[in-house]
Amino acid sequence: MHELLSGTRGEKKFLLGNEAIIRGALESGVRFVAAYPGTPSSEIIDGFAALGPEIGAEVEYSVNEKVSVESACAAAQCGVRSLVSMKHVGLNVASDAFMTLAYVGVKAGMVIVSADDPSLHSSQNEQDNRYYAKMAGVPMLEPATPQEAKDMMVAGYEMSEKFGIPVVLRTTTRVNHCRAPVVLGEVVERKLEGSFTKDPFNLVVVPMVGRKLHLKLLEKLAQIKELSETSPFNTEEGTGAWGIVSSGVSALYVKDALRELGLQDRVRLLKLGMTHPFPEGLVADFLGRVEAVLVVEELEPFLEEAVRVVAQKCGFQGKIAGKEFVPRAFELDTVKVKEAVAGFFGVIHHRPQIFAVPEDLPARPPNLCPGCPHRATFFSVKKVFGEEAVYPTDIGCYTLGLLPPLQMADFLICMGSSVSTAGGFSRVLQRPVVAFIGDSTFFHSGITGLINAVSHNRNLLLVILDNSTTAMTGHQPHPGVWLTREGKGQPRVDLETLVRGCGVQKLAVVNPLHVKKTQQVLQEMKAGLKDGGVSVLISRSPCPLFERRMLGIKQKVVFQATGDCRPCLDDLAQLGCSAFVWSQDESGEACVQINEVLCGGCAVCAQLCQAIKPKKLEA
Amino acid sequence: MKTQDIARFEGVRLFFTGVGGQGTLLATRLVGEAALAAGLHASMSEIHGMAQRGGIVESSVVLGNIQAPIVGEGQADVLVAFEPLEALRAINRCHAQTQAVVNLAPIVPFTVAAGQGRYPDIARAVAMLQEKLAKVVALDAEALARQAGSVKATNMVIMGAVAAMQVLPMSKETWDACLQRIFPPKLYELNQKAFNMGYEKGHP
Repeated sequence: MHELLSGTRGEKKFLLGNEAIIRGALESGVRFVAAYPGTPSSEIIDGFAALGPEIGAEVEYSVNEKVSVESACAAAQCGVRSLVSMKHVGLNVASDAFMTLAYVGVKAGMVIVSADDPSLHSSQNEQDNRYYAKMAGVPMLEPATPQEAKDMMVAGYEMSEKFGIPVVLRTTTRVNHCRAPVVLGEVVERKLEGSFTKDPFNLVVVPMVGRKLHLKLLEKLAQIKELSETSPFNTEEGTGAWGIVSSGVSALYVKDALRELGLQDRVRLLKLGMTHPFPEGLVADFLGRVEAVLVVEELEPFLEEAVRVVAQKCGFQGKIAGKEFVPRAFELDTVKVKEAVAGFFGVIHHRPQIFAVPEDLPARPPNLCPGCPHRATFFSVKKVFGEEAVYPTDIGCYTLGLLPPLQMADFLICMGSSVSTAGGFSRVLQRPVVAFIGDSTFFHSGITGLINAVSHNRNLLLVILDNSTTAMTGHQPHPGVWLTREGKGQPRVDLETLVRGCGVQKLAVVNPLHVKKTQQVLQEMKAGLKDGGVSVLISRSPCPLFERRMLGIKQKVVFQATGDCRPCLDDLAQLGCSAFVWSQDESGEACVQINEVLCGGCAVCAQLCQAIKPKKLEA
Repeated sequence: MKTQDIARFEGVRLFFTGVGGQGTLLATRLVGEAALAAGLHASMSEIHGMAQRGGIVESSVVLGNIQAPIVGEGQADVLVAFEPLEALRAINRCHAQTQAVVNLAPIVPFTVAAGQGRYPDIARAVAMLQEKLAKVVALDAEALARQAGSVKATNMVIMGAVAAMQVLPMSKETWDACLQRIFPPKLYELNQKAFNMGYEKGHP
């Protein structure tokens, strides 16, 4: 039995926030789960993929977040409880479905987990998705701990089903990736079996239906607001004439800050767990007991604005502050919150001496793994197209190609932007444009951009980096995966056929680990660009980590620098494999050594330099 | 219980830093499990995502009355550095009473290999940490792990030294019971041996 299925009511487990979310879903009888992976949400869908067969649940790695919401809402429409999880920017992709699903609603409970990433630990922005719940008009719960995450899942499903509306569980990295004790409830058995009653005048959103449904949504929200006013997730602690309003993990920083500043007897903390619809009555009541209020929250002044509205309505005369004291960018911590609390209330606060980090420490940025085929592709493309070309890139491991020495990334805004922006660049520049996109990202949102480029006859080369997996987020499957435990086979959706179907006529497939052949094909494609139109190169070689895991293949060789590598030094420096160690030979000249522990055995460097030879690894 | 009374235990913040693949997350989890077994509240935080790509991996555990799972500037009561360069980089998390365990085996970042910056002198790095912090246990955990039977047990050597610290209220028996629970029987003996070697080093 999967560990998350075991354990009965009252038992305690040490769970990751994302595991607690899974457990909460299991205690709610969820049987349909759909997601596109994205940090910090990925463990939710991966965990379900591992236990789904055991409970007869459908677990769908959707092609993107919009599809995941649409797919899961259909199940919920038929009475099957469903779950969707995504990273914060995923909700941008899903927002079209999300906004109108709020109107149409659901029959069985549906929770949408939006995992926000303050401080951009692994994201392109740190948008605050609480505004999405407000914009769509759906209830929102904000857990601070794994325990709350689990409990709010259970409460979320009840609420969702009772009012026929999806519920947003808005987490942040520090909740998703926090591990703490969780007291369990009981796992609920349900069947993956739905029923559908035709009801087009409530389910088919034409304008006349939409008008009616919008009014119905406003009615629901008014009712749910009553629930928010008395929600057990909105709690007050402490005494005194000063007040703090907070939510999510920020409330934990407040608790620690108040204890360490010795202010528990002087400050009341209103910790909000249900933040939309905003519990205006509860907050008005709280304002009646305090003289001044500080709102402590990460990112945008979401609660602060709501508190100010309540203050205006109830005639609160005291001082209210938020973002004047609490930073708006990046995640908070207890130190920052102590500073804000001491500053606002005018309390003396002894700051510890902070030791300065020595300035000259060498950086340790994440890098493409040794043996990564993306490095080989970038090397060859740069060799053929040079500095002259513009390189729009996309989201995945290969975004790391922006680092020196490769520096093969010039523009990126979001998933799928590589090919669409390449179309725009190519129309206004007299320079070659070569875009990079991964296989999973191409399926996620590159296809429409490619069709657009073809239909407008843009002049560009799109390189699809096909490593047969979604590597960055932990090797999840996608429709074009051709490498499985059974070996290398036919994918469900064939990439070449798809690309040709988009109208692309100039298409080639290479294995980037064959350097000479790859560069030869690239030269031909470069020449072909002169005739205009879209060319596509599929650069195909499996992620070595994934291949070893899938096929259980052990690495057979490592490479060694055995002689004079000086003639090829420039090429090796350009390749910049992270297994290279630069040292000096007897005459003081730079030369390459290879760290055998790190070497992935891809043989790319050996094709650039004859002094590099393979060495067999003992079995 | 070791020297302190659990009921009077206020709280400790531990900050872990290392490089992807060093087993920092399992080590962090061991502290959490040991604390829970000793009847203390524990909460830990991890940053995933870059572990396989040679980047820095940071994690933290807080025990006792502390609620927030992360460790800010100047807040680490215990610094556990799996790599000496990363120990220096984490010095801003420490305060004058911080106790540290530092693995002396370096993992040179590729930026150094590519000629962008120089790896700091390890002896001087340790001296600097010793000058600023209350206590520094510096050990070549990799060498000790090799003695114990596998370099893969480096993390358990380091954790042995952490367990020996007086600031942590968990008894040796509690740690041992957790090791037994975390590792499959086949790996337990090796890891326990590595843990004990670190414990000896860390003992005052």
